[in-house]
Amino acid sequence: MSTHTEAPPTAPGTAAPPDGTVTPRRRTRATPRLIGYLLILPTVVVLAGVQGYPLVKLVLLSLQDLTQRELFSGLPAPYVGFANYARVLGDPGFWTVVLRTVVFTVVNVVLTLVLATGTALVMRAASRWCRLLVTVVLICVWAMPQVVSTLVFNWLFDYEFGVVNWLIGLVPGVDMDNHDWYANAVSGFGVITLIVVWGAIPFVAITLYAGISQVPKELEEAARVDGASAAQTFLRVTYPILRPIYTIVTVLSVIWDFQVFNQIWVARGSKPEPEYQTLGVYSFMHAFGVNEYSLGAAVAVVTVLLLLGFTVFYIRQSLRLGEID
Amino acid sequence: MATLSARRPRSRGRTVANVVGVAVSVVMIFPVYWMLLTAVKPGSEILTYTPRFWTWHPSGSNFVRAVRSPHFLDALGNSVLVAFGTMLIALVLALLAAVAIARFRFYGRRAFVFVVLVVQMVPLSALIIPIYLLLNSIDAVNSLGGVVLTYLAFVLPFTIWTLRGFVAGVPAELEEAAMVDGCTRFQAFRKIVLPLVFPGLLATSIYALIQSWNEFIMAYVLLSDQNKETLPVWLVSFVTARGIDYGALMAGATMMALPVVVFFAIIQRHVASGLTAGAVKG
Repeated sequence: MSTHTEAPPTAPGTAAPPDGTVTPRRRTRATPRLIGYLLILPTVVVLAGVQGYPLVKLVLLSLQDLTQRELFSGLPAPYVGFANYARVLGDPGFWTVVLRTVVFTVVNVVLTLVLATGTALVMRAASRWCRLLVTVVLICVWAMPQVVSTLVFNWLFDYEFGVVNWLIGLVPGVDMDNHDWYANAVSGFGVITLIVVWGAIPFVAITLYAGISQVPKELEEAARVDGASAAQTFLRVTYPILRPIYTIVTVLSVIWDFQVFNQIWVARGSKPEPEYQTLGVYSFMHAFGVNEYSLGAAVAVVTVLLLLGFTVFYIRQSLRLGEID
Repeated sequence: MATLSARRPRSRGRTVANVVGVAVSVVMIFPVYWMLLTAVKPGSEILTYTPRFWTWHPSGSNFVRAVRSPHFLDALGNSVLVAFGTMLIALVLALLAAVAIARFRFYGRRAFVFVVLVVQMVPLSALIIPIYLLLNSIDAVNSLGGVVLTYLAFVLPFTIWTLRGFVAGVPAELEEAAMVDGCTRFQAFRKIVLPLVFPGLLATSIYALIQSWNEFIMAYVLLSDQNKETLPVWLVSFVTARGIDYGALMAGATMMALPVVVFFAIIQRHVASGLTAGAVKG
């Protein structure tokens, strides 16, 4: 933890004592502390019940062997140690899923960041009416529920009557009649990537635009006057100023894209084939598809641990940015 | 003449940006447009080998088929209940917690903030299995209350964190001044802080509303009775149950998406600033 967080937690706007030992007069009574506990109590109860307990339960479950028999009879499931983990980690299929998930995440995050950056830059350079147009479009896209957008994209990419096949078929010599995009997992993931990136661009673009519009124009103009190209100006002047924003949208995107579930599930008509399974889907299929709850739990624990690396990074970054206090 | 040529390089860049901006807008909005268009097209214009990009014969028949299909009204009612239930409870809990961490000092406060931030990162799909087993063991599977409870956990971290920013942004001196003038602590809160954090309340409530309106997997697993389905589950089952009636499907999709878009557009500025306030402050 950085030293910054060791500072006494005081509301911004209050004159904080510099060394943290002298407490302001109005904080010395015991009641404010009690009020604080009372205020967070309901949240603590809810989070403990619906996040804390299930998390503990998840870990326990991954060490047990819970089958449908125990589920319906209510008998305690026997503990099997790390047998589930041994099975999961020893399965080459699992590592294929991990690799697929990582590649999927990287591709989606990179595409989202690049396209969102482009959109944000265009928004800044464009006239006001055009910026408004782009903003309205982004808001509409942002608001689209994942389930809905996936169904719409499936319709766009329909093998028989889809607009996309018709459009590509306009290119001379290309025959896209009855081309099934999901027949091949690579092109299928291409469509799913499109759905995910399309839905992810608005948040990132609007956040980046908010940051970019804060960058003083004089700085960039000075760089241009000194002979920097547009790309150099962006990389050397604009990007360093926006770095904190980039860090956060990147980590958030990684966390979101790593656990993409809805788009894959709905795109494959609630029955994703093995070659379409990422970690989230894989765990889910084990638990609810074949009732191997414990195996699914072990996969989920591994997923959480993988994400925890990113989480620690994210939290540390937040602390460094001075978000807490 | 001189002024025109002096302005040209700049305006040329602007023209290029405008053209790109329009192109980006057209591509980005097309799926939404196609959804709306398909929803209002008469059946004969939907399944055509050469797509029609406009219709001169808009009809409501797709909507009628969607609404009359089994369980649509149940799903709509359930979605409304779940979304507003989650929103109201999340709002109260989050405001209390946000005030606590922005205004009060207590042991464990930092641990609480840490937990709230970490919880946000736990993947939803990882918790489905234990949550399902938990609700199953207390016979709360197929209960909307169980779903609301689950959604709360996923909505609270963001709402608390965003509201904290808004509460912290109100100078404590304002409250103190009100208390010097004879207000109680609660009155000072109600008359000074509450109005000032109203945009934050609006933004977070819309966020909670949209999240719980859109959520799919939890509802899919926890609500197996057809008359307990929420809209996203209904919509997805609509595909598998009866082949693909794209007209009615897009009409259903429109009905699910439209309220979200409208809500989102109304408070767009607050949501954007609310999201960034949480993430980008510093």
